[in-house]
Amino acid sequence: MIEISGVNYSIGGAQILRDISASLPKGKLTALIGPNGAGKSTLLRLIGRLEPLQSGRISLDGMDIRQTPTEALALKMAILGQQTHIVSRLRLRELVRFGRWPHHRGRPCACDHTAVEEALDAFELQPLATRFLDEVSGGQAQRAHLAMTFAQCTDWLLLDEPLNNLDMAHSRALMARLAEMVAGTGKSVVTVVHEVNYAAAWADHIVALKDGAIMAQGAPDEVLTEACLSALYDTPVTIANHNGRPLVLHHA
Amino acid sequence: MRLIGAGLLLLLPLMAVSLGVGAARIDLGAVLTDPWATLVMTESRLPRTLAVVLTGAALAVAGVVLQALVRNRFVGPETTGTAESAALGLLAITILAPTAPIWIKMGAAAISAMAGTAIFIWIIRRLPPREVMLVPVAGIVLSGVISAVVTFVGWQTDMLQYVGTWLMTGEFSGVIAGRYELLWIAAAAAVLAWFAADRFAILGLGDSVATGLGLSPKAVLRMGLAVVSVVTAMTITTVGMIPFVGLVVPNIVARLMGDDLRASLPVVAIWGAALLMACDLIGRLVIFPYEIPVGTVLGVLGAGIFLWLLYRRPARATA
Repeated sequence: MIEISGVNYSIGGAQILRDISASLPKGKLTALIGPNGAGKSTLLRLIGRLEPLQSGRISLDGMDIRQTPTEALALKMAILGQQTHIVSRLRLRELVRFGRWPHHRGRPCACDHTAVEEALDAFELQPLATRFLDEVSGGQAQRAHLAMTFAQCTDWLLLDEPLNNLDMAHSRALMARLAEMVAGTGKSVVTVVHEVNYAAAWADHIVALKDGAIMAQGAPDEVLTEACLSALYDTPVTIANHNGRPLVLHHA
Repeated sequence: MRLIGAGLLLLLPLMAVSLGVGAARIDLGAVLTDPWATLVMTESRLPRTLAVVLTGAALAVAGVVLQALVRNRFVGPETTGTAESAALGLLAITILAPTAPIWIKMGAAAISAMAGTAIFIWIIRRLPPREVMLVPVAGIVLSGVISAVVTFVGWQTDMLQYVGTWLMTGEFSGVIAGRYELLWIAAAAAVLAWFAADRFAILGLGDSVATGLGLSPKAVLRMGLAVVSVVTAMTITTVGMIPFVGLVVPNIVARLMGDDLRASLPVVAIWGAALLMACDLIGRLVIFPYEIPVGTVLGVLGAGIFLWLLYRRPARATA
């Protein structure tokens, strides 16, 4: 379980997060939703200790993320940040290999190679494995970064907009894979999702953020209501039902 | 592996030629028997050849590390203020403690080089990340500023001649046994860089990726700064400023092999040594028995190679 209590965060006087307290359940797929600039990515980056915590406390399975050594945390959680323009000239397989770094710290064994090949298979990257990162499309690069995160084989996966650049088929495949991992192996996933219907279709738990504060949290049925979502996005929406899951309609 | 083999095939004959070329005529067959030939070989030819190889390899490796730290391919130790900072440190210690032992002076040069490079990194981290060309420009400006301070202090204290030998075009004609051994320290720093190669490659992917994988970006940065500074400080105090090796060789190798530094650093080292050895030989042969400084040869050749690199299309990946 990830416990967040009393977290505030500001950058240069601008309050990004205010008094966030939440607990994200273990063994579930949690989606962070909300409008642009709500603080979703910041919250995820704080959990993933990519930004220093300014106030409050975050713990992951009982480990305080400020006190636990960063190497130990890397074995417990893997975080995929949003893609930057930093383009390193690595082959895709070499990139995915770095996902194993927390386990071997420079001395890979056979099991590390197996994990890398499995991750490449899972994201259909084998045909591209010897291509350089600067020679593949944005979606392929995104899948390579996802494969690196998977290869880290941690209990927790923190994903910041993993669907960026992915087409419909790959988006769906990724969400299905995440849901299957959560159900099958008891792993836990926390993901920032922009398209609210991916959360509606696959998430077990939803946290809705607006203006740096939590507006609602709970099971999809509780959070994805017409009143809640209309207020969250300042846009009138209708909620339908599709195969037993909520379906958010916002077309004209 | 092919590139390592090809590099060695180039480097080893060049080293052999370097052992055979010089103003003094000696019979290479009699090196072991003729005391005069032995003296020339052990006091001059061999030290010079080793100095060139060590410098070329270490500078090329330092270039790779620096480029990973700043995530920009258009910089080398000579364009980021590192060399000028080392000279400033050396100048300061020479003025303040002229009788200090050599290792203290080297330490001062290395620490000052590290501080100067840290300032460079601090500056460029504040530049808009998409403007890749601002990074080398910032480096050139910073080098210019520090170089101006060095020149001013050197002029005020009547030490411009020293400054000249550090920052003017580097050359190896002064290398004899006993005057180049500090370069082994530079080579040791380059070897250290190879052991930390994965860390530098991961840092090259960004601070977030490094943190996510359980590395401390600051610690890796400090280690990289130490490598770059030690290499640069040892080089400029021993043979002066050698341009382009740390810029051109890492770029060529990255085009061919990518940024998997554990695999590419040995290639970078060998090709750096081979390039510098070739340029040194050209400098020694064109107006034989006189010499053109290797820095001048590199300036001409390196600029040409760099232009070619800029305009050439990147190589397609092959397995």
